[in-house]
Amino acid sequence: MIAFLIKRTLQAMVVMFVISLISFSIQDNLGDPLRELVGVSVSEVEREKLRDDLGLNDPFLVQYGRFAANALHGDLGTSYFFKEPALDVILKKLPATLELVFGATLIIVVLSVPLGVYSAIKPGSLLSRLVMGLSIVGISIPVFLTAIGLIYLFSIELGWMPSYGRGETSAMLGWDSGLFTADGLHHLILPSFTLASIMLPLFIRLIRAEMMEVLQSEYVKFAWAKGISPWRIYFVHALKNTMLPVITVGGVQIGTMVAYTILTETVFQWPGMGFLFLEAVNRVDTPLIVAYLIVVGAIFVVTNTLVDLIYGLVNPTVKLAGGK
Amino acid sequence: MALLEVNNLEVSFGLRSGGVKALRDINFKLDRGERIGVVGESGAGKSVLGFSILNLISNPGSITGGEILFEGKNLSKLSASELRSVRGNRISMIFQDPMMTLNPVLTIGEQMVECLLAHRKIRKEDARNIALQKLKQVYIPSPETRLDQYPHELSGGMRQRIVIAIGLLMDPDIIIADEPTTALDVTIQAEIMELMLELCERNNVALILITHDLGVVSQVTQRTIVMYAGRIIEQGPTKEIINDAQHPYTQGLMNALPQMAVPGARLNQIRGAMPALQRIPTGCAFSPRCDYTTETCRHTLPGFTESGNCLVACHMVAEMKREAAQVASLAQEVKG
Repeated sequence: MIAFLIKRTLQAMVVMFVISLISFSIQDNLGDPLRELVGVSVSEVEREKLRDDLGLNDPFLVQYGRFAANALHGDLGTSYFFKEPALDVILKKLPATLELVFGATLIIVVLSVPLGVYSAIKPGSLLSRLVMGLSIVGISIPVFLTAIGLIYLFSIELGWMPSYGRGETSAMLGWDSGLFTADGLHHLILPSFTLASIMLPLFIRLIRAEMMEVLQSEYVKFAWAKGISPWRIYFVHALKNTMLPVITVGGVQIGTMVAYTILTETVFQWPGMGFLFLEAVNRVDTPLIVAYLIVVGAIFVVTNTLVDLIYGLVNPTVKLAGGK
Repeated sequence: MALLEVNNLEVSFGLRSGGVKALRDINFKLDRGERIGVVGESGAGKSVLGFSILNLISNPGSITGGEILFEGKNLSKLSASELRSVRGNRISMIFQDPMMTLNPVLTIGEQMVECLLAHRKIRKEDARNIALQKLKQVYIPSPETRLDQYPHELSGGMRQRIVIAIGLLMDPDIIIADEPTTALDVTIQAEIMELMLELCERNNVALILITHDLGVVSQVTQRTIVMYAGRIIEQGPTKEIINDAQHPYTQGLMNALPQMAVPGARLNQIRGAMPALQRIPTGCAFSPRCDYTTETCRHTLPGFTESGNCLVACHMVAEMKREAAQVASLAQEVKG
């Protein structure tokens, strides 16, 4: 276990190094930060001086070296726009995004398991075919369209849901969260469903396909031959085996979902990291962009490590070891 | 009354191209404590027969005719919950590949205890004790440790012993063993077969042994059923079938045994292959591969002829007997 963690930490360091290199190297291609920073009235001489002060004229490797050295001390640069450390700006927005991802994950887990299992057990039933049909629709519609559609239906036509923003938040254990106020939860519903709409059909189909395969296996047949109850066969014998690959895919997808929040947050004006990132791109706030990419990369690495840990706990044939 | 009586059993698989009959006119009886062998080529319907007794045929297959009487109850007509109380309790099954039969994510103990709890109202600890006792019966070393182990921690032979122990948990009346040694190492095969024989004899359990191995059949069983293309073509006491097979197919199977061939020469074989179920010839299904085929064989399905203690589905039984007698008397003359 400890050997596993050490090994994964070393791997994570390599991954983070590569991510930082890539995200830092794209900053030169994003446009001129000076244009946003100083406006049109500043002369070219002053601009050049500012570029020198910011270190933008140094060779790439020198710039990267400076960045990496600072990054190791937890400093990912200072946002041009907010004039604050980029990491702080992002971490302030992180709770909102995590809430959104949490809401969407909850919806996915609660809906995909029963629907997937049901449509695997009764593939011919009306409900199964309806679920399968809708899931194709769900996969095919882009997120922003889902979001606009939901806002139109539930906020404008029916007036049930707020159309934008995070609502009221309250501080809980040092976490400024909307999860603990009715208004905050109310605001969370539509964005969560929007974010879940891409992954939910995928998971239903994945669980269904895996479950159908498992139900054909010899050990499930043997379980029937033992005369144990269908409930136990479906939810203990079959589901446990079904979930093994689903956990693996799920871990990667949760990471992906953090990235997908950009679209959802933008449509719903959700004050999270994704929305911030899009603003940063518009403002050519390169330090903020680089910091965002690194934070998202770190989230990916952490979730994947967690998933591997969980997988090792669920699957008895896997022993978490530091190597052979 | 026989313990198990199968009458005119028919099993069909509904395919898009129309239904095919995987089993036709299956008739046999099994007495308490009797051991019966089911042999035949791959695809003859042996396994379907085994599964159909417990109504375990999966979609799109189903029992479409006949009855399976177990202690007078027709198993094919029972409700799901009544059927569950027979499965694993009065009749249990042992599958072919022990690597696949045990659930990889549940411990041996869990997989044994759940079976006991499904059929008896007992406490978990008591169930665990029974499981332990059964593991001892199948000679598993250090059974206490095994209960908490997962299947992947055990070898194939060990796993098959556990599957057998699971089969014995409820002291069933019948065990259906579907090629229980095929997936095992040759050295382990004999051990497992010996164990099964011993356990069946000791507990007076009836056994339906589905196998390719005629040697095993001759050692373990009292009666033998020979199947071809979904039908029983010959059944009777194992000794008679082994020593004096009546049906040309059974004779072919016997001749195909390696020990029947002249050392160094090509092994004997039955020419051709078994027809697909959609393309079973009219008349005798074996006729295209048979050396004795006549016009009658090609057009009429043979009924069962009694021959000694055997039932044989062949038009030519009498003919072949006459021929054999002629050969014997000729031999006598030559000698004399």
